[in-house]
Amino acid sequence: MTTQETVLHPAAIIEELKKNEFTHVVWLPDSETNFMYQLLTNEPSLDLVPVCREGETMAIAAGLWVGGKKPVVLIQNTGIFESGDSIRGLGLDVNQPLVMLVGYRGWSRHGITPDSAARFIEHILHAWGISYYLIETDDDAGRITSALEEAERTSKPVAVLVGTEFGA
Amino acid sequence: MIGNTDAVRLLDSKREDSVLVATMNANNVGFGLPSITTKEPLDFPISGAMGKASSVGLGLALAQPNRKIMVLDGDGSLLMNLGTLVTLSNKAPKNMYHFLFDNGVYAVTGGQPVPGAGKVDWEDMAKGAGYAAVFSFDNLEDLTTGIDQVLATQGPVFIHLAITPEVENTPVAFRPRASRSVQTAFRELPVALSSD
Repeated sequence: MTTQETVLHPAAIIEELKKNEFTHVVWLPDSETNFMYQLLTNEPSLDLVPVCREGETMAIAAGLWVGGKKPVVLIQNTGIFESGDSIRGLGLDVNQPLVMLVGYRGWSRHGITPDSAARFIEHILHAWGISYYLIETDDDAGRITSALEEAERTSKPVAVLVGTEFGA
Repeated sequence: MIGNTDAVRLLDSKREDSVLVATMNANNVGFGLPSITTKEPLDFPISGAMGKASSVGLGLALAQPNRKIMVLDGDGSLLMNLGTLVTLSNKAPKNMYHFLFDNGVYAVTGGQPVPGAGKVDWEDMAKGAGYAAVFSFDNLEDLTTGIDQVLATQGPVFIHLAITPEVENTPVAFRPRASRSVQTAFRELPVALSSD
């Protein structure tokens, strides 16, 4: 039996989302963000928009943004692969300043990375010219603000890779 | 069957301050929304992200709850994003009107039949997904008579339209381009929504 040290709490993420006045979390749950669910559903300032497939998230976010809201996308890195055409057509091509929180499934921190979802994600983001930040502890949560500032400054999607599973 | 232009013209005539989110044949330069629109600043053409018009429409409906959002979708497009039926009905925006232009073919690629053409029961699919109301029309006269009731019904409403296929065989490079691009709409629509 192994234990995993909890270093990133969902409350830290949600506080950062509230501080930046995000209005909607468009998401599909994954193992990295599983523990956020209860807190998110109890947070009245954030409207959860659950989807059936990750490619919907950027399109829904696009509609929210055009309509005057400030959405954030929350999906797993595998969902980024699935969402290619949405990111291209409704993110990059239309200059959507979108923050995408992305569960970094398979991130091992020590160079031995058997999970291809982890091996490919940074290459894919580089290929699209999408900047990204990494958060692994509560102290890193401020990088969501940095990502938002960059997204708004450049009018482009920016990713925040969540490199650890949330603790309760 | 209903002519594509006839359907779009009728919906445009009933739009008032609605946003029309249109894709594929409903957004065709020659016989879709760009050819007949009376309120271009509130037109939201969607292309370049396959099957996502209804998803964009959902976001817009949630952001603008006091304004009707009319999505003019295609059957091939919706087949690429079927989960949207459930995503949309789950959030249940009361201001959402999801029109399906069902012509049975991929009209912009030469008229190949879509999977399940003539077999899929779109009304049952929308009902099963949980839409608040579902309508279906296969001729212009009934649509003309029934459209006011459709738009008076609380959403999300799904409206199946049996549309006559209009197939394009002109090479893409030689097709006329819309004066209002997707990029233009994304840039200008927020201004129109805030000032309308």
